Amino acid sequence: MISLLCNAKYFVMDQNEHLKELAHIRGLMDRSTRFLSLSGLSGVFAGCVALVGAVLARYHINETLGPARDVLTYGTGGSYTAANALLITLITDAALVLLVALLGAGWFTWRRSRKAGQYLWDASARRLMWNMLIPLAVGGIFCLALFHYGLPGLVPPATLIFYGLALINASKFTLDEIRWLGFCELALGLVALFWLEAGLLFWALGFGVLHIVYGALMYLRYEREVPAERA
Amino acid sequence: MIEDLNKAFESRVRLGIMAVLAVNEWIDHAQFKELLGVTDGNLASHLAALEELKYVQVRKRFIGKRPNTSYRATIPGTKAFRAHLDAIERLIPKP
Repeated sequence: MISLLCNAKYFVMDQNEHLKELAHIRGLMDRSTRFLSLSGLSGVFAGCVALVGAVLARYHINETLGPARDVLTYGTGGSYTAANALLITLITDAALVLLVALLGAGWFTWRRSRKAGQYLWDASARRLMWNMLIPLAVGGIFCLALFHYGLPGLVPPATLIFYGLALINASKFTLDEIRWLGFCELALGLVALFWLEAGLLFWALGFGVLHIVYGALMYLRYEREVPAERA
Repeated sequence: MIEDLNKAFESRVRLGIMAVLAVNEWIDHAQFKELLGVTDGNLASHLAALEELKYVQVRKRFIGKRPNTSYRATIPGTKAFRAHLDAIERLIPKP
């Protein structure tokens, strides 16, 4: 009898109630495993920084080497010290782009999680960071080796490929859409690998344009303040 | 169909606890409080009830000098949770 009374409660609960229950469960499962505060604006910002960096790199390369350059080695390895100085400039340029983009991403994401009243540095954030960091760190060391052996022409495709792999790996721990960004980066990297003349252009497309497009899409989809009548 | 709903999961908090444990390994009190937004006492009584049912497993240990209690779902607990979800889904007519 008592169990009948308890069950009766469920007859009264309408379908909406059940749907809400499922949505609540789903939200909890997602929130406890995935880091969802990553702001789309950080993508837009990182993309802009990358474009500026690419323009600077292009300028330095043209200034030092002129149009007739060896696309694989950039003329390094010999006694041509101007080319070796160029490499230092390019590495500094890339490191600065990375630093500024990361700082910007951190700031926009911190702002968003504060607005949502969530902790920024929780278990899901740490999990996301480690899963991103491992492929990225390996890629970074790999690129240093490429510089070391005088093959800077391979660096833009290599950064795109490792970044794409890092994103695909990280997609299990944040928004699913980041997987598609990863595939796009990977595809650009593979094409660039066989088209070294256009390496910097592909790099600018992958790290600049793709980030801006992806960041803007994510911002519009998840973050924009919804007008009151549609909320 | 109604009989398939597990009365242990009637409380929203308990259902929440099981949802979090279904996709995570060990979760401690502080993490539950943050995710579910409940008070210490409320959380403790629901966790105790689930422990009684052997749906969750408890691990007590020290991190440095501070005691830390974390929980994970047992196999029967995970099964019961999934069965409950299936039962809820069956109550919703297919569109």
